[in-house]
Amino acid sequence: MTENTPNTQQQNTPVPVLTIAPDTAERYRVEQVVHELAQAQHEAGEPTAPNANAAIAAQLNDTLTKDEQKVVADFAKQIDISNPEHRAEVAAVWGVDESEIPGKGLPAQALIEAIHAGEIKGLLSICFNPAVSAPDTAFTAEALDKLEFYAVIDFFLSETARHADVVLPGSLHEEDEGTSTTGDGRIIKINAAVPPPGEARRDWEILLDIAERLGRGEHFRYSNTEEIFDELCRASSGGKADYTGATWERIEAEMGLFWPIPEVGHPGTPRLYEGGHFAHPDGRARFHAVPYRPPAEVVDDEYPTWLTTGRVVSQYLSGTQTRRIAGLVAQNPEPRCEIHPILADSLGVADGDRVTVRSRRGEITLPAAVVTTIRPDTVFIPYHWPGRQAANQLTIRAVDPLSNMPEFKVAAVRVERAEEGDEP
Amino acid sequence: MKAARYGIDDRPIFVIDQSRCIGCEACVQACEECGTHRGRSLIHLDRIDRAATTQTAPMVCMHCEDPTCAQVCPADAIKQNEDGVVQSALKPRCIGCSNCVLACPFGVPKYFAEVDQMMKCDMCTDRTSEGYAPMCASVCPSEALWYGTADEFQETRRGALVDGWLFGHQHVTTKVFAVVDDVEAGPIDVVGGTARSWLDDPFGLEEGAS
Repeated sequence: MTENTPNTQQQNTPVPVLTIAPDTAERYRVEQVVHELAQAQHEAGEPTAPNANAAIAAQLNDTLTKDEQKVVADFAKQIDISNPEHRAEVAAVWGVDESEIPGKGLPAQALIEAIHAGEIKGLLSICFNPAVSAPDTAFTAEALDKLEFYAVIDFFLSETARHADVVLPGSLHEEDEGTSTTGDGRIIKINAAVPPPGEARRDWEILLDIAERLGRGEHFRYSNTEEIFDELCRASSGGKADYTGATWERIEAEMGLFWPIPEVGHPGTPRLYEGGHFAHPDGRARFHAVPYRPPAEVVDDEYPTWLTTGRVVSQYLSGTQTRRIAGLVAQNPEPRCEIHPILADSLGVADGDRVTVRSRRGEITLPAAVVTTIRPDTVFIPYHWPGRQAANQLTIRAVDPLSNMPEFKVAAVRVERAEEGDEP
Repeated sequence: MKAARYGIDDRPIFVIDQSRCIGCEACVQACEECGTHRGRSLIHLDRIDRAATTQTAPMVCMHCEDPTCAQVCPADAIKQNEDGVVQSALKPRCIGCSNCVLACPFGVPKYFAEVDQMMKCDMCTDRTSEGYAPMCASVCPSEALWYGTADEFQETRRGALVDGWLFGHQHVTTKVFAVVDDVEAGPIDVVGGTARSWLDDPFGLEEGAS
């Protein structure tokens, strides 16, 4: 936990909440469920109630991106959970007292640290696979095993779900309907192509049932996702990302709508700040100079090579979906370590040879891809695979103080030609 | 030559600009999802020289006027339709000898042992005959694979269209166009090196910066 994150001051919040979801409606729902969960615990006087340390991690985009960190602890997009005025507005939409709404939550990595430290004892996560996507996989696994209760909603049994007490089979986006908002602010509609198979259910229906079981079902009377979306539109009214004029009919008819749409009939805003008017009182934009800060770990004699991690095109995030698709697996069946010919020669490594890469956190053995498209002082490993193929066995838990992003791109490692019999 | 062959009507042309390829593999997946050959991708996506560059290049069938694959087929199994589109080997005739696989100057035909048949890109005849772009061109985010009229190309794209190729002494004319950076020179000389070159700046990024 870094000292200077804005969230550290929220440590005493009764219910540390993490909500990370690509869709504001989903995020909105999750906030309310965790709140209800805490309330119900409190009212029931359950053993965990004195600390009420429950948290929800919701993350359809299951790596820890900057954008997600930004949206953490917001209600609807651009509405600030710590702003009393915004809290009152949202409470009115929900029909609850403002004091019943929990405070600001934790960024993803801070959540894992808090679980490991015993500050959070219960977790409900949605499409969250930190066992693969979070840095230092050994630490993450320890944290997940420390949870007193862990419930997972996911569409496949992810590596993280294997640590759970309860797994609730959820739905893929092909099996549910709703909206998603892309990085450029375009709200798009996603329609179900097939129903969820077997015992799987739509995520929002699962959340409604949890609320019902917790005795707060009266706040979750939705019969379909459009009603949830309509509530989001009301709650976002007056905010920066204003959905007031958005309807499913318009989104479908106009191939998406760009927020803000501040009133019914408003055409939407495909490009923000047209005409050079920015969101500061004087209308001028601001450049933010960022002073250089060295990474938490730098190379030395013992670990002389930089490691950077990232992606390959055929795999998506922690691979929960794409590692199950034969055509994509065929393109990249396993991670390979990209290494420059100069470094490879000095290690006696040829293309395809197995190398062992060690850091202060762990080690991985995998085939080398000898390429000149990487710097001679740096190696690259994609992170989509689990277990002993996980690049995040090597990465460090240090986070950037502004974005809360872990330093996935920088770690110090030692690369060696693998001994005969070394397994991946 | 383009005008002579395609200027007579507004029928769309298929254009392949290797320099725009970003290696996303969307074309490979889209091809594989086509209902007429489900599970088998008939497009090629090549890494030019992965040790030295991340450049990739898609390869569809170029649909030669006088297809080499058909010339070498001992069973006369490879036919062109009325639009000059070269089809997969006819199942009743194909004997799986793979002569076409070896002979095609562009390396396009694929032999599938499990069905003992050569299958290849047919420019999505099922789609193009109904006015739709081929699967690969419909998903290509950088328009390295592009389907539209020659006029649309001239209005929106950089480079010149070429449909002539030299493989040693063999001169091949194709239905599919490639994109090069100069208009005047002749066919692309594949074997002997060429005076023609691919676009250095297909998206016009450097030109705008200078």
